[in-house]
Amino acid sequence: MTAAVFFGCTFIAFGPAIALFLFTIAREPLRVIFLIAGAFFWLVSLLLSSLVWFISVQISNKDSAAQQKGLLIFGVVLSVLLQETFRFAYYKLLKKANEGLLALSQEETMPISIRQLAYVSGLGFGFMSGAFSVVNILADSVGPGTVGIHGDSQHYFLSSAFMTMAIILLHMFWGVVFFDACEKQRWWAVAAVVISHLTVSCLTFQNPEYVASLVPTYVILFLMGVWAFYSAGGSLRNLKLCLTCKDKDFLLANHRPR
Amino acid sequence: MQRRFLMEHPHPQMPFGRRELSLNVTHACNAQLIDTANTGQTDRSFAPRSLLHRAAMNASDSDDDSYNERTALVQSENPVVPSYRPEPDVNPPSDSPPKRSGVTRRAGPAAMDGGGGGSVGGSDQDVDADDEELTLKIYTPFTENTPSVGRRLLNSVLNTIIMISVIVVMTIFLVILYKYRCYKFIHGWLILSSLMLLFWFSFMYLGEVFKTYNLAVDYPTVGVIIWNFGAVGMICIHWKGPLQLQQAYLILISALMALVFIKYLPEWSAWVILGAISVYDLVAVLSPKGPLRMLVETAQERNEPIFPALIYSSAMMWTVGMANPADAQRSGHETDEEAEQSSRGAQPESRQSRAIPEDDLEEDRGVKLGLGDFIFYSVLVGKAAATGGDWNTTLACFVAILIGLCLTLLLLAIFKKALPALPISITFGLVFYFSTDFLVQPFMDNLAAHQFYI
Repeated sequence: MTAAVFFGCTFIAFGPAIALFLFTIAREPLRVIFLIAGAFFWLVSLLLSSLVWFISVQISNKDSAAQQKGLLIFGVVLSVLLQETFRFAYYKLLKKANEGLLALSQEETMPISIRQLAYVSGLGFGFMSGAFSVVNILADSVGPGTVGIHGDSQHYFLSSAFMTMAIILLHMFWGVVFFDACEKQRWWAVAAVVISHLTVSCLTFQNPEYVASLVPTYVILFLMGVWAFYSAGGSLRNLKLCLTCKDKDFLLANHRPR
Repeated sequence: MQRRFLMEHPHPQMPFGRRELSLNVTHACNAQLIDTANTGQTDRSFAPRSLLHRAAMNASDSDDDSYNERTALVQSENPVVPSYRPEPDVNPPSDSPPKRSGVTRRAGPAAMDGGGGGSVGGSDQDVDADDEELTLKIYTPFTENTPSVGRRLLNSVLNTIIMISVIVVMTIFLVILYKYRCYKFIHGWLILSSLMLLFWFSFMYLGEVFKTYNLAVDYPTVGVIIWNFGAVGMICIHWKGPLQLQQAYLILISALMALVFIKYLPEWSAWVILGAISVYDLVAVLSPKGPLRMLVETAQERNEPIFPALIYSSAMMWTVGMANPADAQRSGHETDEEAEQSSRGAQPESRQSRAIPEDDLEEDRGVKLGLGDFIFYSVLVGKAAATGGDWNTTLACFVAILIGLCLTLLLLAIFKKALPALPISITFGLVFYFSTDFLVQPFMDNLAAHQFYI
């Protein structure tokens, strides 16, 4: 509960995401705009799900803790489904916008490819989701206090930070896989993304048993990362070329859309 | 928001230290004009304004008399009304009460004393403190410190009407000056305003910062800092300077102006003013007889720029000299939009919006946005941060305003004429502020309490 905890948890939660942003997105204003738009779509989905949850709470029995918890679980599931719906809506909007951008900019190639858009929008969703989950917790970790003094877990901040990092990266991978599946009309992949999102959220119902929730989440994160890598066009050969600095495309650093 | 506790004078019953002694000392040394909002809280040993208030303060929690970032900004009191904010969470997380208590306890005496319809009511100690409040009480004389919701709403609407009429009058005055080519007058006015912002307001802000973090700084140091800051700012804004530095200074003065608004406008009045000014912006820029539209057309007839010192440009500024050429390749920003703001303090303000199709200057492909728009965006986000309660609301307002701006730029690319920059952004910002505060906040609090992730 000091500055050390605050900075440590902030960098754990947002470190990879901010690094990705700084190195790949920050220099291109178009990507920044689409990132913010992705964040906005996530926000709208959250707003709708909060509205439904709020109404359901108002008409329910406020004294029964079990019912409140049940409503919260319902809220979580509804929110996940709405998030994926809005991801699909964003995909549709981006397809239309890409054509519009092409007409506006009078160039022959599209200024940003659908794969870059998938990455950027996924990261946008992830940023907003992570920020909304953890920023209040981080703000309170600066102040004085004792964690878990009433018998709760003492690893609240650390586990929140790790979970947030996983969620942000997962959103990015889900974005890539989702858009690629929509492009190729592979609806089973879309369903897999939705189911994995639901799984990750439902795993958090087991908190504060952090081993039961964090470890499977990280396993899913790794698997989704590999899937996203392959669906974005990566392969072992590409990886080897990139790591041994022999990839000519990467070295020339021209951002040609594929 | 954060709270700091210094362990200087540990109170026997309180677990945390109190800062009241050091605060009283620094406050006594400080010029009274800097802050009025907290005299009621920290000056407890000097001004026995109301024994009831003091007793309440003495019996209250240790964080009730800390001078922190929140209390430095907010000053009006909430009416004693039944809470219309729904409280569905049975088990609030332990972190929410400190944030909420910062919202409910305000500088009651200062607001009550200044609320006598512009007069310096109250005890003699408030005379100096109210001088600063008076300048804004002229614009918002109707107090919000009333117990009934309807009365408070009415007062804020009346305050808004006064502010908006002041703005309209000054805008028309500026348009008339521009029409009759009184350029020297306008330039003198602008230079005076930026002088005041860069020197006086930044001095006030620095004073607030030192008070909040309880730093003791001597006047010569402050003098050197403010002099350097202000002089470089004047040169950068009105003459030549590197583009990044100029942009930084313009953003800084917009933020300072917004801080003044956030601090001195009563709470509900600020929200109503934000709504009203977007409507005014819409009317003034788009209707054929609107003052801003006339300004645009006059400038286009004469083929000359409008006060470039008050416009934020994302690419090269084509009348102010460049110390280094800016990168002109910005993809997608082919159209311009301008709005300007002549800043105020003791003077009332005016603002316009316009756009110039920059076909003749091929290097200037950037987007131009008026500082007035920056100011009101900042007021929205700042109010959300200061009074909203938590970071989710602030983030939501931030994203909403950015998306509103993107949509406005999109419309600009489609229509290619002067467009008001405020309405869409402020609408989105207000909608998201209130909905996040009432709907999303309890949901996220509950999720965080159980550590569920969505």
